[in-house]
Amino acid sequence: MKAVRLTTPLTQEVLRQLKAGDTVLISGTIYTGRDAAHKRLVETLDRGEDLPFNVKDAVIYFVGPCPAKPGQVIGSAGPTSSYRMDTYSPRLIEQGLTGMIGKGLRGPAVVDAMKKHGCVYFVAIGGAGALMARSIKEAKVIAYDDLGTEAVRELVVEDFPVIVCIDAEGNNLYEQGRAQYQRA
Amino acid sequence: MRTITFEQIASAVEGLCIKANTQIGADVKEALEKAHAAEESPLGKTIIGHIMENNAIAENEMVPICQDTGMTVVFVTIGQEVFVEGGLTDAINEGVRRGYEKGYLRKSVVKDPLIRVNTGDNTPAVIHYDIVPGDKLHIMVAPKGFGSENMSQLKMFKPADGVEAIKKFVIEAVEKAGPNPCPPIVVGVGIGGTMEKASFLAKKALLRHIGHHSDKAHIAALEKELLEKINNLGIGPQGLGGRTTALAVNVETYPTHIAGLPCAVNINCHVARHSETEL
Repeated sequence: MKAVRLTTPLTQEVLRQLKAGDTVLISGTIYTGRDAAHKRLVETLDRGEDLPFNVKDAVIYFVGPCPAKPGQVIGSAGPTSSYRMDTYSPRLIEQGLTGMIGKGLRGPAVVDAMKKHGCVYFVAIGGAGALMARSIKEAKVIAYDDLGTEAVRELVVEDFPVIVCIDAEGNNLYEQGRAQYQRA
Repeated sequence: MRTITFEQIASAVEGLCIKANTQIGADVKEALEKAHAAEESPLGKTIIGHIMENNAIAENEMVPICQDTGMTVVFVTIGQEVFVEGGLTDAINEGVRRGYEKGYLRKSVVKDPLIRVNTGDNTPAVIHYDIVPGDKLHIMVAPKGFGSENMSQLKMFKPADGVEAIKKFVIEAVEKAGPNPCPPIVVGVGIGGTMEKASFLAKKALLRHIGHHSDKAHIAALEKELLEKINNLGIGPQGLGGRTTALAVNVETYPTHIAGLPCAVNINCHVARHSETEL
């Protein structure tokens, strides 16, 4: 399978070409956030304040990395379960978020927001945190330092390997893939 | 009486925390190799290949296999002729504290389930004690990630529901979990006892080496049937479709009450961590 290479920011024009099942190598800047950070991001929007990073055409990675060993940029950094962010994701998608990287199922409200505003759900391999950390070239905390592993980080990645799971038309590889291999 | 010191225990647990999180078990490695050879989905095969590559990086570089280094679950079997100098529970927690710091492992435990402030050292561990005759102390550390832990299920069946209801329940639990627990998974099933005993058995079932079946013929047959049915669901590696949804289904049982049939399902991801030692 030939991988599609893309560089962030992820524009509407690029994301519309991505289809469920495509393997993609992402380069550029992506932002991290998981449960506690998402809660704060949405509370910030509720207060009418600016988010700590520009969410327009941005890609967010649901991850809580391990601490970096001396000489490492970041510790193991595989995806966390995305459904826990379902409550918050539609709000960020409305603000212009165009990509999410995680693993596992998404709820209908998230998929509706993705179709309406144009956003892609990528999956990374759960449990392969050591492998994925190799594609992360720089990492710095940019918000919510007190949250530790859950703080928002700006990552610079190179050929970060993901798979398009749900595209902007709502095609879902979890459903398609399973149907193909299911036996009665 | 044989005396084992606080320091001996803390030091052992420290090492076990690091080892369990960085080195995949030989049984899991072998199961992944077999799955890689047999997987029909090209994408599924690629994914299992990446998982194997990840495990090799983790072992060679002594970094965590998965960033979720878990809540530390510890199974202790202690001989009743052992005297522990300094407090066994404290010694285990001290070992966890040191292991998670020295091993650069993620601290994922919050002090209060509702207030949710991180304890900063991954303590306290969840510790299960079993007291047996003799003067040995056996410790197994099994860090449990919550991507899979959150997919657990418990159901109190009626005796009349029987084994068919149990099969349906286990398969539905795996189906509902889908991609969330990072398949290929290991499925632990506990049947019997009381509510909490069934859950404990399901967790204990995850520790059994892949490829070993129950020594009870009817349970071994149930394990094989469930594994086949689960792999026929098509969920596959990471839930993206394929033949390898589970590497093993392990069932543990215990006597129960005339009125009940408790059943618990606990799922492990493909990392299926555990490391043990005897002092």
